[in-house]
Amino acid sequence: MSNTTADETGQTTDERELDAAGSQLSTTPREELPSLPNLPALGVVGWLRWTWRQLTSMRVALILLFLLSLAAIPGSLVPQNNVDEFKTQSFKDNNPGLSEIYEKFQLFDVYSSVWFSAIYILLFISLIGCIVPRSWQFVGQLRGRPPGAPKRLTWLPAYVTWRTDAEPEHVRETALAMLKQRRFRADPAGDAVAAEKGYLREAGNLIFHIALIVILVAFAVGSLFKSEGGKLIVEGDGFSNTIPLYDDFKPGTLFDAEDLEPFSFRLDRFNGTYERTGPQTGTPRTFEAHVTYSEGVDGPEKKKVIKVNKPLLVGGSKVYLIAHGYAPVVTVRDGDGKVVYDKVAVPLLPIDANVTSTGAIKVMDGYRDKNGKKDQLGFNAFFVPTFAGAGKGEMFSQFPAADFPVLALSAYHGSLGVDSGLPQNVYQLDTSKMKEFKDKDGELLKKRLLPGETLELPDGAGSITFEKELKEWASFQISQQPGEGLALFGAVAALVGLVGSLFIQRRRVWVRAVRGADGVTVVEMAGLGRSESTKLPEELAELAATLHEKAPTAPAEVSADPAEGAEK
Amino acid sequence: MNLAAATNENLAMISDVLIKSAMAVYTLAFFAHIAEWTFGSRSKVGRTAAALTSEGAAAAGAAAPAVRVKQSGGGTAVLERPQVVTRSAAGSRDVADGPGAHGGTEKGDLYGRIAVSLTALGFLVAASGVVTRALSVQRAPWGNMYEFSITFSTVAVGVYLALLLAKKNVRWMGLVLVTTVLLDLGIATTWLYTASDQLVPALDSYWLYIHVSTAIFCGAVFYMGAVGTLLYLFRDAYEAKLGRGGEPGAFARSVLSRLPSAATLDKFAYRVNAAVFPLWTFTIIAGAIWAGEAWGRYWNWDPKEVWSFVTWAVYACYLHARATAGWKGRKAAYLGLFAFVTWLWNYYGVNMVLSGLHSYA
Ligand code: HEM
Repeated sequence: MSNTTADETGQTTDERELDAAGSQLSTTPREELPSLPNLPALGVVGWLRWTWRQLTSMRVALILLFLLSLAAIPGSLVPQNNVDEFKTQSFKDNNPGLSEIYEKFQLFDVYSSVWFSAIYILLFISLIGCIVPRSWQFVGQLRGRPPGAPKRLTWLPAYVTWRTDAEPEHVRETALAMLKQRRFRADPAGDAVAAEKGYLREAGNLIFHIALIVILVAFAVGSLFKSEGGKLIVEGDGFSNTIPLYDDFKPGTLFDAEDLEPFSFRLDRFNGTYERTGPQTGTPRTFEAHVTYSEGVDGPEKKKVIKVNKPLLVGGSKVYLIAHGYAPVVTVRDGDGKVVYDKVAVPLLPIDANVTSTGAIKVMDGYRDKNGKKDQLGFNAFFVPTFAGAGKGEMFSQFPAADFPVLALSAYHGSLGVDSGLPQNVYQLDTSKMKEFKDKDGELLKKRLLPGETLELPDGAGSITFEKELKEWASFQISQQPGEGLALFGAVAALVGLVGSLFIQRRRVWVRAVRGADGVTVVEMAGLGRSESTKLPEELAELAATLHEKAPTAPAEVSADPAEGAEK
Repeated sequence: MNLAAATNENLAMISDVLIKSAMAVYTLAFFAHIAEWTFGSRSKVGRTAAALTSEGAAAAGAAAPAVRVKQSGGGTAVLERPQVVTRSAAGSRDVADGPGAHGGTEKGDLYGRIAVSLTALGFLVAASGVVTRALSVQRAPWGNMYEFSITFSTVAVGVYLALLLAKKNVRWMGLVLVTTVLLDLGIATTWLYTASDQLVPALDSYWLYIHVSTAIFCGAVFYMGAVGTLLYLFRDAYEAKLGRGGEPGAFARSVLSRLPSAATLDKFAYRVNAAVFPLWTFTIIAGAIWAGEAWGRYWNWDPKEVWSFVTWAVYACYLHARATAGWKGRKAAYLGLFAFVTWLWNYYGVNMVLSGLHSYA
């Protein structure tokens, strides 16, 4: 309502007065409608000032905020590098033409793109430009006093009046005491008492907006100084927190390897249970990684169970359980019958919900064929924890637990290509430089193995045994996120501020008591809030009732219009 | 063990029957509301409401404040509380609220009351359905979209009934509410139905209970805000037409004239949205904490997170618009509606169309 321009009509004075009464009831900036600046008259400074004023206006803040919400949308429709690199890559492979356009607009990295950043940076500049002056203004308001009573209280949104035999001074004193007792900031102002309450609303609003900046800072700190890496560990194996031991490692731009928390842990056992009956048979029920860990370089060993929602906390690092799978244990013998691979667990990657898994077994060193010549062996491995039974369709797992494990292998020999210097996927066999082992019919040598069974390679080339012992693996994400605490603090502060800002009403109450023309005191009370709330009239009624007890209505013979008497 | 499993299956069946029965009761409530609106349209009040409201406007503008001091007979004056006179802010229309769906007719009102009673009964049945479902799975009933939907509509009706109990003016919403509740339950039982079962490990966290329960509640309340906003837009156009001296169409004369005034609807929508906005903020924070525990990153921009953020930002826009000159009123209302659309999309669209870590439908 502070926007009513009072110029022509007969109500001018009233409205202007109302304007003054409501002035500074909040620190919301006044909207200047976009009067285009007088072009020639504006110098560089003038332009800058104009731009700044526009940027920090509510209208532009609103538009920027709206733009930000729209700009966030593409990131949910186009696969994002930071969310799922694999999915993004396969999208690019499938849509090469479209991807080029997408790349140009940074649609695979929306949240770190130039345009997204531009919007939120502008928004936050606007926010700072808005908060600073509003905070000063608010401090000023805290020091100041509520404005005096407008001449015509009848114009205010809630109004009440009555006549009383009590003295005007007495009424004003009583009103002052009553308002102060109800935690209004109240002051006598001429023939009236002026009071205000609900300053916390403004404080809440400022806290909320400042907290938004804190959250942004926390985000920035988090993405600059974080570290995040993945590690797959087979039961019985361990890990210590240094960069070379990670399978993949993604540090923030300003991350320093020195900042890695020193600790180590070993996966003792992985435990997975699954629904056995009902329509959701096979749905995971529990995943538990039993680990032994030690803090520092060689701290005492401690035991802990890591679950999906319960990471292991070591200092500032958290170890999350991300995925699991099977690692069949195999023994490989060479042409001489010498064991070259002694009970090695080979982790395989799950390809469906029932943990049908694929992978490769690569025997790089120590293998000699029956002639004693150095060679390398490679096996394509296909594993199902629960086999349907021979002759029952394709070999896919029927259940995620290891009820009826079967390992199918096909065998190759030759160069694994690991010395070529090119990075190799450990779960895939590159057969381009390898020869197939042949079975009796001259086909690729393949066999399904039950635990304990052995695949003999032809012509005494050796053998591979699927050991009875079956291991599981678990993969972990180990992350350090330095901004986390700050973000939580910001979020809580924002919430508290918001509650204050939205639930507290800031309002003013005036009580005027003057002697009317007939010598009887006329009491007038009026209230003004920032928004028209039903609570304001209720509160005024309550205040009026309290005051009325102390200054009851004078018995009137004729019901004159007392409001008239009050006007001067 | 087996015995327990059997009881659970029985409970799940009972729950299904209860939900279907609730739909039957809501359908009766729907027809009662239709009867209320039909009888209301025959009322004189309905037809002359337009005239009344414009007269009312003139009267309110000129009303002079007065003290009413009643004196009872017999000399001693019994003094009543002085009366508070309220006026609207300068510039806003002074239009009285419409009489409600029943249009002031006794028959309409009777059917309206029947409708509300049936809605309350439907609520009790549906709530028992939700509770038995929870008992059958021995956890909170929010593990999949079917459970989410039945809880959502039950909470929406619960909030509506609570507001009625608190003597708030929300009966005008009855027909729209019951219709959408039927729609929601229909979709839930036909397309989203999932047999009862336990949760996958990623969903098994007490943050789930906090995050999902507040999300459902926020959705139900945002929904009421959206209904208020939509009706505000219609009613505002109607009042504007009256104000220009135009002749509203038959629909407006019969239906819109019975609704509360545009100012009342707008205020209702604002209050409702503003009141749950902090809770929605909390929901997102709780979700971030949960994500931090489950996936190691508290904010990862997965589709559900993106759309929660979008919803939050658009509601913040709406609240801002209400405080910005030139954006109050209709423009703010469009933002408010858009905000609810983003919420709906986050619920249906993201779960079914976009898949992310959240997809558990
Ligand atoms: C980061 C983006 C922002 C968000 C999410 C945001 C959100 C909010 C919210 C939720 C409210 C509470 C609404 C209410 O009290 O009715 C609010 C109020 C307010 N905001 Fe912002 N805001 C943002 C940026 C800004 C900026 C840049 C400005 C400065 C131009 C600003 C100025 C205000 C003012 C003056 C109020 C108080 C309005 C009132 O008292 O009703 N905000 N904001």
